[in-house]
Amino acid sequence: MALYRKKAEKLQDSINESILKRMPDSEAFSFAGFDEQEVERSGYSNYSYWRSTLHMFLKNKVAVFLTLIVFLILLFTFIQPYLPNQIDPFLVNNDPKTGLPFRNVKPNDVFWLGTNSIGQDLWANLWSGTRTSLFIGISVACIEAFVGIVVGVLWGYVRKLDFLLTELYNVMDNIPTTIVLILVSYILKPGIYTIILALCLQGWIGMALFIRNQIIIIRDREYNLASRCLGTRTYKIIQKNLIPYLISVIMLRMALTIPAAIGSEVFITYIGLGLPATIPSLGNLINVGRQLMMSPDLRYQLIYPTIILSIVTVSFYVIGNAFSDAADPKNHI
Amino acid sequence: MLKYISKRLLRSFLTLFIIMSITFILMRQMPIEGYFQNYDKLSEAQIQNGIRMLGLDKPMPVQLFNFYKNLLKGDLGMSLRYRNNVPVTEILAPKIPVSVRLGVMAILLALILGLPLGTLMARYKGKLPDHLGTAFIVFIQAVPAAVYYLFLQLYGTELLGLGLLFDPDKWTAWILPVFSMSLGNIAYYAMWLRRFMVDQSTKDYVQLAKIKGVSGSKLMFRHIFRNAFVPMVQYLPATFLNTVIGSIYIESLYSIPGMGGLLVDVIKKQDNTMVQGIVLLFATVGVIGLVLGDLLMVVLDPRISFGAKRGNR
Repeated sequence: MALYRKKAEKLQDSINESILKRMPDSEAFSFAGFDEQEVERSGYSNYSYWRSTLHMFLKNKVAVFLTLIVFLILLFTFIQPYLPNQIDPFLVNNDPKTGLPFRNVKPNDVFWLGTNSIGQDLWANLWSGTRTSLFIGISVACIEAFVGIVVGVLWGYVRKLDFLLTELYNVMDNIPTTIVLILVSYILKPGIYTIILALCLQGWIGMALFIRNQIIIIRDREYNLASRCLGTRTYKIIQKNLIPYLISVIMLRMALTIPAAIGSEVFITYIGLGLPATIPSLGNLINVGRQLMMSPDLRYQLIYPTIILSIVTVSFYVIGNAFSDAADPKNHI
Repeated sequence: MLKYISKRLLRSFLTLFIIMSITFILMRQMPIEGYFQNYDKLSEAQIQNGIRMLGLDKPMPVQLFNFYKNLLKGDLGMSLRYRNNVPVTEILAPKIPVSVRLGVMAILLALILGLPLGTLMARYKGKLPDHLGTAFIVFIQAVPAAVYYLFLQLYGTELLGLGLLFDPDKWTAWILPVFSMSLGNIAYYAMWLRRFMVDQSTKDYVQLAKIKGVSGSKLMFRHIFRNAFVPMVQYLPATFLNTVIGSIYIESLYSIPGMGGLLVDVIKKQDNTMVQGIVLLFATVGVIGLVLGDLLMVVLDPRISFGAKRGNR
């Protein structure tokens, strides 16, 4: 109680102070003139959704730090080939003296992280692989989000589609993802786009269901009813009234899809159905490292890719969660 | 209630039917080369003969119909390539107990470790145990399972002094596979139990109990834990699926003679009947998990009812 009283007193003091500071007595006790502009000025808040979101996000120091790291990694995968003293990831490096490839050379001045079992530079492979894996992850997240949003909106809005899509969901949700992943990547020609297709094949429906549920909840809220009565077109209601409401969850799902997709690539490459060994990816690098892991001095070939992989996946996970917290208007002041 | 269950079961059968049909059709899209070991050296007539032997020459609907006809008789067919002309059921029979044993032990371990972890995190919300637990959960959820399975195998086998080959008679050989397999579920249980317990602890009845002077640990277990545990049941299906997927991984990693490792093997060998047999088993486990999850929820919480809609509840 005492605390509250103290607070109230403080507040009163500060109010008195500001009154005294701003208005001299002569002005405070004279009639106020009529100013048309002042009258029209109403309680306007300078609240902006995106600014508040950014503000909340910046408060989360860990997430900001990880965003920076992911951004730097992403940037570095693109500028790395243009740096001086870089070796082409595909080049098999031969020892000029013997003419034989440098097999499993320890890290040194020329090969910063050593070479792999056929003599390729691991440092260059690592960044090339990170680029591939990030490309897969981000593509899958974007495609899933796009298809999920479009189908989800239709699902929520077009009542005739509801039965059909709900049944489709019931079936698709029960098919083990791993089995689809294995079968599709086995049947199609192995490659980056096959992996992306296999990963997207099932992922979009979860997103679509979520969007559909939210749309059914908010479709008939008063403000949407009002918009409809005023003759707003449906697509504009969706674009202006519904999607902003869902942005936080869409972003969260997208951010979580990226590490999941990268992980699935590792899994599918691990069981031997993923990318061909000629395309460097984190999955391929880990798979190569795994075959050598039982000899302790070659273990570095497994450890470096896993470090990058862990940093990337944990970062996206944390960033996604932090962003979805920040994007939720309930957390804004 | 009975009506609901029967409807639910009917739907499950429909789902299984569709899964099996999709798998069946997908397997038939495989390249023909994959069915023969020395495709290049075979003559055209030999290839045609081989395809007839595999039953691939008939139109797809006929193949599919024959498959279901045999399935109703309990006949999954003969293995075509994995072990020639041995019934699929005979190959699978010794492998099922191994996988089941592994899966059940992993789920039990996950419950034993995951639930206390979640409770601990909720009890010390915002303090050190909570932060540590969150870090663990984030790590397990974000980093691909392949990676930490590998490192567990790498350092675990050294620590326990185990060989690389799995020996079912040595009990120490079970430690690593079971622990690896349970990790995902531990994180999952801890995350959701913590969430539900934190939600419950702000409810009115907890306030009342506090005012009445119920002590901390009693309040935690008698009141909060019990109510928070009910919604946990809805994650049972995910548990089953995690375990099935984990088994594919773990079993091939540790060369455990179960079904998970076998699935990858037979897909690569294009042994259609074997793939169908294993997919059928895995899909059944998944579907049973879904049904059980729903039913248990009704049993555990009398306020939830799926059968008839009464009022708002």
